[in-house]
Amino acid sequence: MKALLLVIGLSLFSLCLFASQQAFWVQDVPWDEGKALTLNWHTAADSIQLQKADSLGVWETIYIGSSQPPIYTDSDLTPGTNYAYRLIIPQKATADSLFYTAEAKTLEQWIYMNKLSYLLILLVISGAIMYYVQSARMGKDYFIRRIGGLDSMEEAIGRATEKGKPILFVPGIGDLDDIQTIASLTILSHLAQRSAEYDTKLIVPCRFSMVLSAAREVVKEAYLRVGKPDAYKEDNIFYLSDDQFGYVAGIDGIMVREQPAANFFLGSFYAESLILAETGYSTGAIQTSGTAQASQLPFFVVSCDYTLIGEELFAASAYLSRDPQQLGSLKGHDFGKLLVIILILTGVITEIIGWHWFKAFFEGAQ
Amino acid sequence: MKRNLPLFFAFFCGILVIVSEFIPHRPFSMLIDTLQNWFMIISGFAIILGQISLFQSNLSKIKQKESGWIFYLAGLLSFCLMLIVGLLWGTQETGGIFGHGLKLQASLGAKPFDYLFDFAYMPLSATMFSLLAFFIASAAYRAFIIRSFESNLLMITAVIVILGRTSFGGMLTAWVPESYKFWQLPNLSDFIMEFPNSAAQRAIMISAALGIIGSSLRIILGIERSYLGSDK
Repeated sequence: MKALLLVIGLSLFSLCLFASQQAFWVQDVPWDEGKALTLNWHTAADSIQLQKADSLGVWETIYIGSSQPPIYTDSDLTPGTNYAYRLIIPQKATADSLFYTAEAKTLEQWIYMNKLSYLLILLVISGAIMYYVQSARMGKDYFIRRIGGLDSMEEAIGRATEKGKPILFVPGIGDLDDIQTIASLTILSHLAQRSAEYDTKLIVPCRFSMVLSAAREVVKEAYLRVGKPDAYKEDNIFYLSDDQFGYVAGIDGIMVREQPAANFFLGSFYAESLILAETGYSTGAIQTSGTAQASQLPFFVVSCDYTLIGEELFAASAYLSRDPQQLGSLKGHDFGKLLVIILILTGVITEIIGWHWFKAFFEGAQ
Repeated sequence: MKRNLPLFFAFFCGILVIVSEFIPHRPFSMLIDTLQNWFMIISGFAIILGQISLFQSNLSKIKQKESGWIFYLAGLLSFCLMLIVGLLWGTQETGGIFGHGLKLQASLGAKPFDYLFDFAYMPLSATMFSLLAFFIASAAYRAFIIRSFESNLLMITAVIVILGRTSFGGMLTAWVPESYKFWQLPNLSDFIMEFPNSAAQRAIMISAALGIIGSSLRIILGIERSYLGSDK
Protein backbone atom coordinates (compact mmCIF):
# COMPACT_ATOMS: atom_id res chain seq x y z
CA MET A 1 0.00 0.00 0.00
CA LYS A 2 2.83 2.34 0.99
CA ALA A 3 4.62 1.56 -2.26
CA LEU A 4 1.45 2.33 -4.25
CA LEU A 5 1.01 5.67 -2.44
CA LEU A 6 4.66 6.52 -3.12
CA VAL A 7 4.24 5.77 -6.83
CA ILE A 8 1.06 7.87 -7.03
CA GLY A 9 2.77 10.72 -5.13
CA LEU A 10 5.78 10.68 -7.39
CA SER A 11 3.58 10.63 -10.48
CA LEU A 12 1.59 13.63 -9.26
CA PHE A 13 4.80 15.51 -8.44
CA SER A 14 6.19 14.80 -11.92
CA LEU A 15 2.91 15.91 -13.47
CA CYS A 16 3.06 19.19 -11.52
CA LEU A 17 6.63 19.76 -12.61
CA PHE A 18 5.68 19.09 -16.23
CA ALA A 19 2.69 21.41 -15.95
CA SER A 20 4.85 24.24 -14.58
CA GLN A 21 7.01 24.13 -17.76
CA GLN A 22 4.63 26.36 -19.73
CA ALA A 23 4.82 26.22 -23.51
CA PHE A 24 3.47 29.74 -24.02
CA TRP A 25 3.09 32.72 -21.68
CA VAL A 26 2.61 36.48 -21.94
CA GLN A 27 4.22 39.08 -19.65
CA ASP A 28 3.90 42.79 -19.20
CA VAL A 29 7.06 44.67 -20.22
CA PRO A 30 8.43 45.92 -16.90
CA TRP A 31 9.10 49.59 -16.13
CA ASP A 32 7.31 51.05 -19.11
CA GLU A 33 4.27 53.17 -19.89
CA GLY A 34 2.05 50.05 -20.14
CA LYS A 35 1.97 49.87 -23.91
CA ALA A 36 3.81 46.60 -24.54
CA LEU A 37 3.61 42.88 -23.74
CA THR A 38 6.21 40.19 -24.38
CA LEU A 39 5.12 36.81 -25.73
CA ASN A 40 7.40 33.88 -24.81
CA TRP A 41 7.28 30.23 -25.84
CA HIS A 42 9.13 26.95 -25.50
CA THR A 43 8.94 24.82 -28.60
CA ALA A 44 11.18 22.75 -30.80
CA ALA A 45 9.14 23.63 -33.89
CA ASP A 46 10.84 25.46 -36.79
CA SER A 47 8.06 27.94 -37.39
CA ILE A 48 5.21 29.32 -35.38
CA GLN A 49 2.24 31.62 -35.77
CA LEU A 50 1.05 34.19 -33.21
CA GLN A 51 -2.49 35.53 -33.06
CA LYS A 52 -4.10 38.25 -30.98
CA ALA A 53 -7.80 38.45 -30.07
CA ASP A 54 -9.35 41.78 -31.05
CA SER A 55 -12.07 43.53 -29.05
CA LEU A 56 -14.73 41.18 -30.52
CA GLY A 57 -12.68 38.09 -29.72
CA VAL A 58 -11.72 37.44 -33.35
CA TRP A 59 -8.16 36.12 -33.77
CA GLU A 60 -5.81 38.20 -35.92
CA THR A 61 -2.41 36.93 -37.01
CA ILE A 62 0.39 39.22 -35.77
CA TYR A 63 3.44 37.09 -36.54
CA ILE A 64 4.36 34.15 -38.77
CA GLY A 65 7.90 32.94 -38.89
CA SER A 66 10.78 31.27 -37.14
CA SER A 67 10.37 30.33 -33.49
CA GLN A 68 13.87 31.65 -32.70
CA PRO A 69 14.43 33.76 -30.67
CA PRO A 70 11.42 32.58 -28.65
CA ILE A 71 10.20 36.06 -27.82
CA TYR A 72 7.96 38.63 -29.50
CA THR A 73 7.09 42.11 -28.24
CA ASP A 74 3.65 43.48 -29.05
CA SER A 75 3.78 47.25 -28.70
CA ASP A 76 1.42 50.24 -29.14
CA LEU A 77 -1.16 48.66 -26.82
CA THR A 78 -3.61 50.42 -24.53
CA PRO A 79 -2.43 50.68 -20.90
CA GLY A 80 -4.44 48.78 -18.28
CA THR A 81 -6.09 46.45 -20.83
CA ASN A 82 -6.27 42.66 -20.91
CA TYR A 83 -4.98 41.04 -24.13
CA ALA A 84 -5.37 37.40 -25.21
CA TYR A 85 -2.87 35.69 -27.53
CA ARG A 86 -2.67 32.33 -29.25
CA LEU A 87 0.42 30.39 -30.27
CA ILE A 88 -0.09 28.01 -33.20
CA ILE A 89 2.52 25.33 -33.90
CA PRO A 90 1.87 23.54 -37.21
CA GLN A 91 2.37 19.76 -37.02
CA LYS A 92 3.59 18.57 -40.41
CA ALA A 93 3.27 14.86 -39.59
CA THR A 94 -0.42 15.02 -38.69
CA ALA A 95 -1.27 18.06 -40.87
CA ASP A 96 -2.71 19.55 -37.72
CA SER A 97 -1.71 22.35 -35.33
CA LEU A 98 -1.11 22.69 -31.62
CA PHE A 99 -2.77 25.68 -29.97
CA TYR A 100 -1.72 27.41 -26.77
CA THR A 101 -3.47 30.45 -25.37
CA ALA A 102 -2.33 32.96 -22.78
CA GLU A 103 -3.35 36.41 -21.67
CA ALA A 104 -1.93 39.32 -19.72
CA LYS A 105 -2.73 42.88 -18.73
CA THR A 106 -0.63 45.90 -19.68
CA LEU A 107 0.53 47.73 -16.57
CA GLU A 108 1.75 51.31 -16.28
CA GLN A 109 4.72 51.79 -13.97
CA TRP A 110 5.66 54.84 -11.95
CA ILE A 111 9.31 55.01 -13.00
CA TYR A 112 11.45 54.09 -16.00
CA MET A 113 14.04 51.93 -14.23
CA ASN A 114 16.25 51.89 -17.35
CA LYS A 115 16.54 55.67 -17.05
CA LEU A 116 17.53 55.59 -13.39
CA SER A 117 21.19 56.29 -14.19
CA TYR A 118 20.21 59.37 -16.24
CA LEU A 119 17.99 60.59 -13.42
CA LEU A 120 20.80 60.22 -10.88
CA ILE A 121 23.29 62.08 -13.11
CA LEU A 122 20.73 64.80 -13.79
CA LEU A 123 19.99 65.21 -10.08
CA VAL A 124 23.68 65.38 -9.13
CA ILE A 125 24.53 67.92 -11.86
CA SER A 126 21.40 70.00 -11.18
CA GLY A 127 22.20 69.91 -7.47
CA ALA A 128 25.74 71.11 -8.17
CA ILE A 129 24.52 73.94 -10.43
CA MET A 130 22.01 75.07 -7.81
CA TYR A 131 24.68 74.89 -5.10
CA TYR A 132 27.06 77.10 -7.11
CA VAL A 133 24.23 79.53 -7.98
CA GLN A 134 23.34 79.75 -4.30
CA SER A 135 26.95 80.29 -3.21
CA ALA A 136 27.34 82.98 -5.91
CA ARG A 137 24.18 84.59 -4.51
CA MET A 138 25.85 84.56 -1.09
CA GLY A 139 28.70 86.60 -2.56
CA LYS A 140 31.32 84.03 -3.54
CA ASP A 141 33.33 85.11 -6.58
CA TYR A 142 34.09 82.49 -9.22
CA PHE A 143 36.76 82.61 -11.88
CA ILE A 144 35.43 82.02 -15.40
CA ARG A 145 37.94 81.60 -18.21
CA ARG A 146 37.84 84.10 -21.05
CA ILE A 147 35.84 83.17 -24.14
CA GLY A 148 37.44 84.85 -27.16
CA GLY A 149 34.32 84.66 -29.32
CA LEU A 150 32.27 86.59 -26.78
CA ASP A 151 34.97 89.11 -25.93
CA SER A 152 35.14 89.91 -29.64
CA MET A 153 31.49 90.96 -29.71
CA GLU A 154 32.40 94.50 -28.70
CA GLU A 155 35.09 94.61 -31.36
CA ALA A 156 32.64 93.43 -34.03
CA ILE A 157 29.99 95.98 -33.04
CA GLY A 158 32.61 98.72 -32.86
CA ARG A 159 33.84 97.87 -36.32
CA ALA A 160 30.30 97.90 -37.76
CA THR A 161 29.65 101.27 -36.09
CA GLU A 162 32.88 102.79 -37.42
CA LYS A 163 32.16 101.60 -40.94
CA GLY A 164 28.50 102.63 -40.75
CA LYS A 165 27.48 99.17 -41.88
CA PRO A 166 24.89 96.83 -40.36
CA ILE A 167 25.34 93.76 -38.15
CA LEU A 168 23.83 90.50 -39.36
CA PHE A 169 22.56 88.03 -36.75
CA VAL A 170 21.44 84.57 -37.90
CA PRO A 171 19.68 82.60 -35.12
CA GLY A 172 20.23 79.24 -36.85
CA ILE A 173 17.77 77.07 -38.70
CA GLY A 174 16.17 75.49 -35.64
CA ASP A 175 12.69 76.33 -34.39
CA LEU A 176 11.93 77.70 -30.95
CA ASP A 177 11.76 74.18 -29.46
CA ASP A 178 15.52 73.85 -30.01
CA ILE A 179 17.55 74.93 -26.97
CA GLN A 180 20.29 76.22 -29.29
CA THR A 181 17.81 78.74 -30.73
CA ILE A 182 16.87 79.86 -27.21
CA ALA A 183 20.59 80.25 -26.37
CA SER A 184 21.00 82.21 -29.59
CA LEU A 185 18.14 84.56 -28.64
CA THR A 186 19.71 85.24 -25.25
CA ILE A 187 22.89 86.37 -27.04
CA LEU A 188 20.76 88.41 -29.45
CA SER A 189 19.38 90.29 -26.46
CA HIS A 190 22.87 91.44 -25.43
CA LEU A 191 23.89 92.18 -29.01
CA ALA A 192 20.73 94.20 -29.65
CA GLN A 193 21.38 96.24 -26.52
CA ARG A 194 24.90 97.09 -27.70
CA SER A 195 23.77 97.89 -31.24
CA ALA A 196 21.03 100.13 -29.82
CA GLU A 197 23.61 101.97 -27.73
CA TYR A 198 25.82 102.54 -30.77
CA ASP A 199 22.89 103.18 -33.16
CA THR A 200 24.06 100.38 -35.42
CA LYS A 201 21.57 98.66 -37.69
CA LEU A 202 20.89 95.06 -36.66
CA ILE A 203 19.47 92.66 -39.28
CA VAL A 204 17.89 89.42 -38.06
CA PRO A 205 16.50 87.11 -40.78
CA CYS A 206 14.43 84.25 -39.32
CA ARG A 207 13.53 80.85 -40.69
CA PHE A 208 10.49 80.18 -38.53
CA SER A 209 7.60 82.44 -37.56
CA MET A 210 7.87 81.47 -33.89
CA VAL A 211 11.55 82.49 -33.87
CA LEU A 212 10.58 85.71 -35.66
CA SER A 213 8.07 86.75 -33.00
CA ALA A 214 10.49 85.83 -30.17
CA ALA A 215 13.41 87.66 -31.86
CA ARG A 216 11.28 90.79 -32.37
CA GLU A 217 10.29 90.78 -28.73
CA VAL A 218 13.90 90.31 -27.59
CA VAL A 219 15.26 93.13 -29.79
CA LYS A 220 12.38 95.48 -28.95
CA GLU A 221 12.96 94.98 -25.20
CA ALA A 222 16.70 95.59 -25.68
CA TYR A 223 16.00 98.92 -27.41
CA LEU A 224 13.57 99.84 -24.64
CA ARG A 225 16.18 98.97 -22.03
CA VAL A 226 18.66 101.50 -23.38
CA GLY A 227 15.92 104.13 -23.73
CA LYS A 228 15.78 104.16 -27.52
CA PRO A 229 12.39 102.67 -28.41
CA ASP A 230 12.12 104.94 -31.47
CA ALA A 231 15.32 103.48 -32.95
CA TYR A 232 13.77 100.01 -33.03
CA LYS A 233 12.71 99.01 -36.55
CA GLU A 234 10.52 95.94 -36.75
CA ASP A 235 11.28 95.50 -40.47
CA ASN A 236 14.91 94.68 -39.66
CA ILE A 237 13.81 91.44 -38.00
CA PHE A 238 11.98 89.55 -40.71
CA TYR A 239 10.89 86.17 -41.93
CA LEU A 240 12.67 84.77 -44.99
CA SER A 241 11.61 81.21 -45.73
CA ASP A 242 10.94 77.89 -44.01
CA ASP A 243 13.00 76.16 -46.67
CA GLN A 244 16.60 75.43 -45.60
CA PHE A 245 18.36 76.45 -48.80
CA GLY A 246 15.86 79.18 -49.62
CA TYR A 247 16.76 80.69 -46.24
CA VAL A 248 20.47 80.36 -46.99
CA ALA A 249 20.04 81.95 -50.43
CA GLY A 250 18.19 84.85 -48.81
CA ILE A 251 20.93 85.43 -46.22
CA ASP A 252 23.68 85.15 -48.86
CA GLY A 253 21.82 87.82 -50.84
CA ILE A 254 21.68 90.09 -47.79
CA MET A 255 25.40 89.61 -47.14
CA VAL A 256 26.31 90.44 -50.73
CA ARG A 257 23.95 93.43 -51.07
CA GLU A 258 24.11 94.99 -47.61
CA GLN A 259 27.76 94.06 -46.91
CA PRO A 260 27.39 93.77 -43.10
CA ALA A 261 30.57 94.55 -41.18
CA ALA A 262 29.89 91.82 -38.61
CA ASN A 263 28.13 88.49 -39.00
CA PHE A 264 26.90 86.35 -36.12
CA PHE A 265 25.88 82.76 -36.85
CA LEU A 266 24.67 81.41 -33.53
CA GLY A 267 22.28 78.50 -33.07
CA SER A 268 21.51 75.25 -34.77
CA PHE A 269 23.15 74.77 -38.18
CA TYR A 270 23.39 71.89 -40.60
CA ALA A 271 24.58 71.65 -44.24
CA GLU A 272 24.22 75.39 -44.79
CA SER A 273 26.87 76.38 -42.24
CA LEU A 274 29.75 76.56 -44.70
CA ILE A 275 27.69 78.25 -47.43
CA LEU A 276 26.85 81.04 -44.97
CA ALA A 277 30.31 81.33 -43.42
CA GLU A 278 32.18 81.30 -46.74
CA THR A 279 29.89 83.93 -48.28
CA GLY A 280 30.43 86.06 -45.17
CA TYR A 281 34.18 85.55 -45.45
CA SER A 282 34.14 86.68 -49.08
CA THR A 283 32.45 89.95 -48.04
CA GLY A 284 35.23 90.64 -45.52
CA ALA A 285 32.97 90.75 -42.48
CA ILE A 286 34.24 89.91 -39.01
CA GLN A 287 32.47 86.64 -38.23
CA THR A 288 31.47 84.96 -34.97
CA SER A 289 29.78 81.59 -35.02
CA GLY A 290 28.56 79.11 -32.45
CA THR A 291 26.74 75.82 -32.52
CA ALA A 292 26.43 72.57 -30.62
CA GLN A 293 26.36 70.55 -33.87
CA ALA A 294 29.74 68.83 -33.65
CA SER A 295 29.75 67.98 -37.37
CA GLN A 296 29.38 71.65 -38.40
CA LEU A 297 32.02 73.08 -36.07
CA PRO A 298 35.02 72.42 -38.38
CA PHE A 299 33.37 74.49 -41.11
CA PHE A 300 32.81 77.40 -38.77
CA VAL A 301 36.32 77.14 -37.31
CA VAL A 302 37.81 77.40 -40.80
CA SER A 303 35.66 80.25 -42.10
CA CYS A 304 34.93 82.40 -39.05
CA ASP A 305 37.15 84.60 -36.92
CA TYR A 306 35.69 83.32 -33.66
CA THR A 307 33.76 80.15 -32.91
CA LEU A 308 31.80 79.22 -29.81
CA ILE A 309 32.23 75.47 -29.45
CA GLY A 310 29.34 73.46 -28.00
CA GLU A 311 29.02 74.44 -24.36
CA GLU A 312 30.30 77.99 -24.95
CA LEU A 313 27.13 78.78 -26.88
CA PHE A 314 25.03 77.96 -23.82
CA ALA A 315 27.42 79.76 -21.48
CA ALA A 316 27.40 82.92 -23.61
CA SER A 317 24.43 84.63 -22.01
CA ALA A 318 25.76 84.05 -18.49
CA TYR A 319 29.23 85.21 -19.56
CA LEU A 320 27.94 88.38 -21.22
CA SER A 321 25.53 89.33 -18.45
CA ARG A 322 28.30 89.07 -15.77
CA ASP A 323 25.48 88.24 -13.39
CA PRO A 324 27.12 86.37 -10.44
CA GLN A 325 24.23 83.90 -10.22
CA GLN A 326 24.53 82.95 -13.88
CA LEU A 327 28.32 82.77 -13.64
CA GLY A 328 27.88 80.46 -10.65
CA SER A 329 25.85 78.10 -12.83
CA LEU A 330 28.81 77.86 -15.21
CA LYS A 331 30.82 76.41 -12.33
CA GLY A 332 28.14 73.73 -12.16
CA HIS A 333 29.01 72.81 -15.77
CA ASP A 334 32.63 72.33 -14.68
CA PHE A 335 31.47 70.05 -11.88
CA GLY A 336 29.50 68.06 -14.49
CA LYS A 337 32.66 67.66 -16.57
CA LEU A 338 34.55 66.39 -13.53
CA LEU A 339 31.75 63.92 -12.82
CA VAL A 340 31.80 62.65 -16.43
CA ILE A 341 35.59 62.19 -16.28
CA ILE A 342 35.28 60.22 -13.03
CA LEU A 343 32.49 58.06 -14.48
CA ILE A 344 34.47 57.33 -17.66
CA LEU A 345 37.57 56.35 -15.68
CA THR A 346 35.51 54.19 -13.29
CA GLY A 347 33.81 52.57 -16.29
CA VAL A 348 37.15 51.73 -17.89
CA ILE A 349 38.51 50.26 -14.62
CA THR A 350 35.38 48.20 -13.86
CA GLU A 351 35.33 46.82 -17.41
CA ILE A 352 39.00 45.80 -17.10
CA ILE A 353 38.27 44.12 -13.75
CA GLY A 354 35.26 42.38 -15.28
CA TRP A 355 32.48 44.16 -13.34
CA HIS A 356 30.14 44.72 -16.23
CA TRP A 357 27.22 45.87 -14.06
CA PHE A 358 28.59 49.42 -13.94
CA LYS A 359 28.57 49.85 -17.72
CA ALA A 360 25.22 48.03 -17.97
CA PHE A 361 23.67 50.39 -15.40
CA PHE A 362 24.70 53.47 -17.38
CA GLU A 363 23.69 51.89 -20.67
CA GLY A 364 20.15 51.70 -19.37
CA ALA A 365 20.11 47.92 -19.03
CA GLN A 366 17.78 46.54 -16.36
CA MET B 1 2.43 90.24 -14.75
CA LYS B 2 3.83 90.47 -18.28
CA ARG B 3 7.14 89.12 -17.00
CA ASN B 4 5.94 86.79 -14.24
CA LEU B 5 3.40 84.82 -16.29
CA PRO B 6 5.91 83.59 -18.92
CA LEU B 7 8.36 82.80 -16.11
CA PHE B 8 5.72 80.75 -14.32
CA PHE B 9 4.85 78.90 -17.56
CA ALA B 10 8.53 78.25 -18.26
CA PHE B 11 8.99 76.85 -14.75
CA PHE B 12 5.80 74.77 -14.77
CA CYS B 13 6.23 73.31 -18.26
CA GLY B 14 9.97 72.72 -17.75
CA ILE B 15 9.46 70.76 -14.54
CA LEU B 16 6.55 68.86 -16.09
CA VAL B 17 8.59 67.79 -19.11
CA ILE B 18 11.54 66.67 -16.95
CA VAL B 19 9.28 64.69 -14.62
CA SER B 20 7.39 63.05 -17.50
CA GLU B 21 10.71 61.92 -18.99
CA PHE B 22 11.17 59.60 -15.99
CA ILE B 23 7.57 58.63 -15.11
CA PRO B 24 5.83 56.35 -17.61
CA HIS B 25 2.45 56.44 -15.83
CA ARG B 26 -0.48 58.51 -17.07
CA PRO B 27 -0.98 61.49 -17.13
CA PHE B 28 2.79 62.11 -17.33
CA SER B 29 3.28 59.76 -20.30
CA MET B 30 0.86 61.85 -22.38
CA LEU B 31 2.18 65.27 -21.38
CA ILE B 32 5.10 65.52 -23.79
CA ASP B 33 2.88 64.61 -26.77
CA THR B 34 0.24 67.09 -25.60
CA LEU B 35 2.77 69.91 -25.21
CA GLN B 36 4.25 69.11 -28.63
CA ASN B 37 0.76 69.24 -30.14
CA TRP B 38 0.21 72.65 -28.52
CA PHE B 39 3.50 73.84 -29.98
CA MET B 40 2.39 72.65 -33.44
CA ILE B 41 -0.94 74.48 -33.12
CA ILE B 42 0.73 77.72 -32.01
CA SER B 43 3.29 77.33 -34.83
CA GLY B 44 0.41 76.97 -37.29
CA PHE B 45 -0.99 80.32 -36.25
CA ALA B 46 2.48 81.86 -36.25
CA ILE B 47 2.90 80.93 -39.95
CA ILE B 48 0.41 83.70 -40.79
CA LEU B 49 2.64 86.10 -38.87
CA GLY B 50 5.59 84.99 -41.00
CA GLN B 51 3.69 85.53 -44.25
CA ILE B 52 2.61 89.00 -43.13
CA SER B 53 6.22 89.83 -42.24
CA LEU B 54 7.36 88.55 -45.64
CA PHE B 55 4.88 90.80 -47.44
CA GLN B 56 5.52 93.86 -45.28
CA SER B 57 9.32 93.75 -45.41
CA ASN B 58 9.44 93.02 -49.16
CA LEU B 59 6.80 95.59 -50.09
CA SER B 60 8.51 98.35 -48.12
CA LYS B 61 11.84 97.57 -49.82
CA ILE B 62 10.19 97.59 -53.25
CA LYS B 63 8.37 100.87 -52.49
CA GLN B 64 11.56 102.55 -51.33
CA LYS B 65 13.45 101.13 -54.34
CA GLU B 66 16.23 99.84 -52.09
CA SER B 67 19.30 98.37 -53.77
CA GLY B 68 18.37 95.02 -55.32
CA TRP B 69 14.64 95.76 -55.03
CA ILE B 70 14.05 93.67 -58.13
CA PHE B 71 15.07 90.55 -56.16
CA TYR B 72 12.51 91.33 -53.48
CA LEU B 73 9.90 91.73 -56.23
CA ALA B 74 10.93 88.38 -57.73
CA GLY B 75 10.65 86.75 -54.31
CA LEU B 76 7.21 88.22 -53.70
CA LEU B 77 5.93 87.25 -57.16
CA SER B 78 7.23 83.69 -56.73
CA PHE B 79 5.48 83.45 -53.37
CA CYS B 80 2.19 84.71 -54.87
CA LEU B 81 2.48 82.41 -57.89
CA MET B 82 2.97 79.28 -55.78
CA LEU B 83 0.18 80.34 -53.44
CA ILE B 84 -2.29 80.98 -56.28
CA VAL B 85 -1.61 77.79 -58.27
CA GLY B 86 -1.70 75.78 -55.05
CA LEU B 87 -5.07 77.27 -54.07
CA LEU B 88 -6.61 76.93 -57.54
CA TRP B 89 -5.54 73.42 -58.52
CA GLY B 90 -4.20 71.93 -55.31
CA THR B 91 -1.12 69.76 -54.82
CA GLN B 92 -0.53 66.05 -55.51
CA GLU B 93 -3.74 64.17 -54.49
CA THR B 94 -5.43 67.22 -52.94
CA GLY B 95 -7.71 69.23 -55.19
CA GLY B 96 -8.00 73.03 -55.24
CA ILE B 97 -10.80 75.54 -55.90
CA PHE B 98 -10.91 74.52 -59.60
CA GLY B 99 -10.55 70.84 -58.80
CA HIS B 100 -7.54 68.91 -60.07
CA GLY B 101 -7.03 70.87 -63.34
CA LEU B 102 -6.97 67.76 -65.53
CA LYS B 103 -6.44 69.75 -68.77
CA LEU B 104 -3.49 71.58 -67.27
CA GLN B 105 -2.13 68.32 -65.92
CA ALA B 106 -2.37 66.81 -69.41
CA SER B 107 -0.35 69.65 -70.94
CA LEU B 108 2.20 70.11 -68.15
CA GLY B 109 2.47 66.51 -67.04
CA ALA B 110 1.69 67.47 -63.45
CA LYS B 111 -0.38 69.93 -61.45
CA PRO B 112 0.93 73.51 -61.84
CA PHE B 113 2.10 73.60 -58.20
CA ASP B 114 3.87 70.24 -58.50
CA TYR B 115 5.32 71.25 -61.87
CA LEU B 116 6.81 74.43 -60.40
CA PHE B 117 7.98 72.52 -57.34
CA ASP B 118 9.75 69.82 -59.38
CA PHE B 119 11.17 71.98 -62.18
CA ALA B 120 11.81 75.35 -60.51
CA TYR B 121 12.09 74.94 -56.76
CA MET B 122 14.00 71.63 -56.66
CA PRO B 123 16.74 72.63 -59.15
CA LEU B 124 17.21 75.96 -57.34
CA SER B 125 17.48 74.20 -54.00
CA ALA B 126 19.93 71.66 -55.45
CA THR B 127 21.97 74.53 -56.92
CA MET B 128 22.34 76.13 -53.50
CA PHE B 129 23.33 72.81 -51.98
CA SER B 130 25.86 72.09 -54.72
CA LEU B 131 27.62 75.38 -53.93
CA LEU B 132 28.84 73.55 -50.86
CA ALA B 133 31.36 71.59 -52.94
CA PHE B 134 33.11 74.79 -54.07
CA PHE B 135 32.96 76.33 -50.63
CA ILE B 136 34.50 73.19 -49.09
CA ALA B 137 37.38 73.48 -51.57
CA SER B 138 38.03 77.15 -50.77
CA ALA B 139 37.69 76.62 -47.00
CA ALA B 140 39.94 73.55 -47.09
CA TYR B 141 42.57 75.49 -49.04
CA ARG B 142 42.70 78.14 -46.31
CA ALA B 143 42.64 75.59 -43.49
CA PHE B 144 45.49 73.53 -44.92
CA ILE B 145 47.92 76.40 -45.50
CA ILE B 146 50.92 75.53 -43.32
CA ARG B 147 51.38 78.34 -40.80
CA SER B 148 51.96 76.63 -37.48
CA PHE B 149 52.52 73.24 -35.88
CA GLU B 150 48.75 72.77 -35.48
CA SER B 151 48.01 73.57 -39.11
CA ASN B 152 50.80 71.14 -40.09
CA LEU B 153 49.12 68.42 -38.07
CA LEU B 154 45.75 69.33 -39.58
CA MET B 155 47.08 69.12 -43.11
CA ILE B 156 48.87 65.78 -42.59
CA THR B 157 45.76 64.27 -40.98
CA ALA B 158 43.52 65.63 -43.72
CA VAL B 159 45.76 64.23 -46.48
CA ILE B 160 45.78 60.78 -44.81
CA VAL B 161 41.97 60.78 -44.41
CA ILE B 162 41.29 62.10 -47.92
CA LEU B 163 43.65 59.61 -49.57
CA GLY B 164 42.51 56.78 -47.29
CA ARG B 165 38.92 57.27 -48.42
CA THR B 166 39.83 56.85 -52.10
CA SER B 167 40.89 53.78 -54.04
CA PHE B 168 44.07 55.69 -54.96
CA GLY B 169 45.11 55.69 -51.28
CA GLY B 170 44.70 51.93 -51.14
CA MET B 171 46.78 51.56 -54.30
CA LEU B 172 49.56 53.78 -52.93
CA THR B 173 50.12 51.65 -49.83
CA ALA B 174 49.20 48.23 -51.23
CA TRP B 175 52.88 47.24 -51.04
CA VAL B 176 52.95 47.57 -47.21
CA PRO B 177 53.32 44.01 -45.78
CA GLU B 178 50.32 42.38 -44.09
CA SER B 179 52.04 42.46 -40.68
CA TYR B 180 52.19 46.29 -40.96
CA LYS B 181 48.72 46.72 -42.47
CA PHE B 182 47.83 49.36 -39.85
CA TRP B 183 50.05 51.76 -41.87
CA GLN B 184 48.05 51.22 -45.06
CA LEU B 185 46.24 54.49 -45.80
CA PRO B 186 42.65 53.12 -45.67
CA ASN B 187 43.33 51.52 -42.26
CA LEU B 188 45.09 54.61 -40.97
CA SER B 189 42.21 56.75 -42.17
CA ASP B 190 39.68 54.45 -40.45
CA PHE B 191 41.72 54.62 -37.24
CA ILE B 192 41.76 58.44 -37.28
CA MET B 193 38.03 58.63 -37.91
CA GLU B 194 37.12 55.94 -35.39
CA PHE B 195 39.29 56.92 -32.42
CA PRO B 196 40.75 60.47 -32.24
CA ASN B 197 37.90 61.99 -34.27
CA SER B 198 35.14 60.17 -32.35
CA ALA B 199 36.77 61.02 -29.02
CA ALA B 200 36.91 64.74 -29.87
CA GLN B 201 33.33 64.74 -31.19
CA ARG B 202 32.04 62.99 -28.07
CA ALA B 203 33.88 65.44 -25.82
CA ILE B 204 32.12 68.30 -27.62
CA MET B 205 28.78 66.50 -27.38
CA ILE B 206 29.18 65.79 -23.65
CA SER B 207 30.12 69.40 -22.91
CA ALA B 208 27.19 70.61 -25.06
CA ALA B 209 24.85 68.30 -23.12
CA LEU B 210 26.11 69.79 -19.85
CA GLY B 211 25.58 73.25 -21.31
CA ILE B 212 22.02 72.29 -22.23
CA ILE B 213 21.33 71.08 -18.68
CA GLY B 214 22.75 74.30 -17.21
CA SER B 215 20.97 76.52 -19.70
CA SER B 216 17.65 74.73 -19.19
CA LEU B 217 17.97 74.96 -15.41
CA ARG B 218 18.71 78.70 -15.62
CA ILE B 219 15.59 79.19 -17.76
CA ILE B 220 13.36 76.93 -15.62
CA LEU B 221 14.47 78.60 -12.39
CA GLY B 222 14.05 82.05 -13.90
CA ILE B 223 17.73 83.00 -13.47
CA GLU B 224 18.10 83.44 -17.23
CA ARG B 225 15.50 85.89 -18.52
CA SER B 226 17.10 87.55 -21.50
CA TYR B 227 15.17 85.29 -23.92
CA LEU B 228 12.09 87.18 -22.73
CA GLY B 229 13.74 90.40 -23.77
CA SER B 230 14.64 91.61 -20.31
CA ASP B 231 17.13 90.62 -17.62
CA LYS B 232 15.09 92.16 -14.85
